[in-house]
Amino acid sequence: MHVTLNGEPRELPGPLTVAALLAHLDIDARRVAVEVNETVVKRARYEDTPVQPDDVIEIVNFVGGG
Amino acid sequence: MSDPFVIAGRTFHSRLIVGTGKYPSHQVMRDAHEASGAEMVTVAVRRVDITRKTESLLDYIDTSKIFLLPNTAACYTAEEAIRTARLGREAGMSNWVKLEVIGDEQTLFPDTAALVEATRVLVKDGFVVLPYTNDDPVVCRKLEDAGAAAVMPLGAPIGSGLGIQNPNNIRIIREQSKVPVIVDAGVGTASDAAVAMELGADGVLMNTAIAGAKDPVAMARGMKLAVEAGRLAYLAGRIPRKMYATASSPLEGVVGR
Repeated sequence: MHVTLNGEPRELPGPLTVAALLAHLDIDARRVAVEVNETVVKRARYEDTPVQPDDVIEIVNFVGGG
Repeated sequence: MSDPFVIAGRTFHSRLIVGTGKYPSHQVMRDAHEASGAEMVTVAVRRVDITRKTESLLDYIDTSKIFLLPNTAACYTAEEAIRTARLGREAGMSNWVKLEVIGDEQTLFPDTAALVEATRVLVKDGFVVLPYTNDDPVVCRKLEDAGAAAVMPLGAPIGSGLGIQNPNNIRIIREQSKVPVIVDAGVGTASDAAVAMELGADGVLMNTAIAGAKDPVAMARGMKLAVEAGRLAYLAGRIPRKMYATASSPLEGVVGR
């Protein structure tokens, strides 16, 4: 299915959850924050929050800054 | 002498807050943090690089000792800043934010109207908001009224290293504010940090002055000492400035007179 991930078009295998998406991308869920369609997904809800076709997803982490 | 630094009920022993950007390496950053004695560091919130595995900044910050303060750097509207603050809260599991709403690319001066608005929204949403602002006492008062937990006036433009450009404004802001005043940005070297503290600032936040120094670890230690020295001088109460000399040694009993 087609989604927009961090501003880029991306094909993902089938419908999946946020937790499964992070696993698919090999990202440590404890160190990121995820937004689906401009709403932040609470970490406790990764397992039961679906990612659906055409969703706009942002995955962010902390980087160096002042 | 016990002189704790309290922001929104949280006590810090160091009055120096440092950044995590622009260091030559993560190792140097970690060593500089250690040398600075800082108990709070700022971090930026950015998209994960999905194309490659990168080292995590957090592997180099001992979060059992150092409190993370996510920023909203590079946000140009209240909406962007609010969105970034909410992501930072989820990534960091704390409700503190260094709020930046930038108004101009070249100076990185804040858009103060948007800053006040974003502060109001985030405070209502349960955030502890530390806004980076310009050195304007009126704006600082509005931020405090909007519920800011501290006000963070700049000493000079971000990364400029120019030192405190409007010392009198910092003094006025300190006098009128009931929340902590943290001079954020513009410090170039240790004496600038000491000046900020001597003016009465409760703390100093800096990034480039340490990260960009030839020896960031040595500069971090210099800044730690400068902040402590400036704070002690402020508390001690300096002598008045006078135009003419006042002798320090007795005028009587001079040999041969």
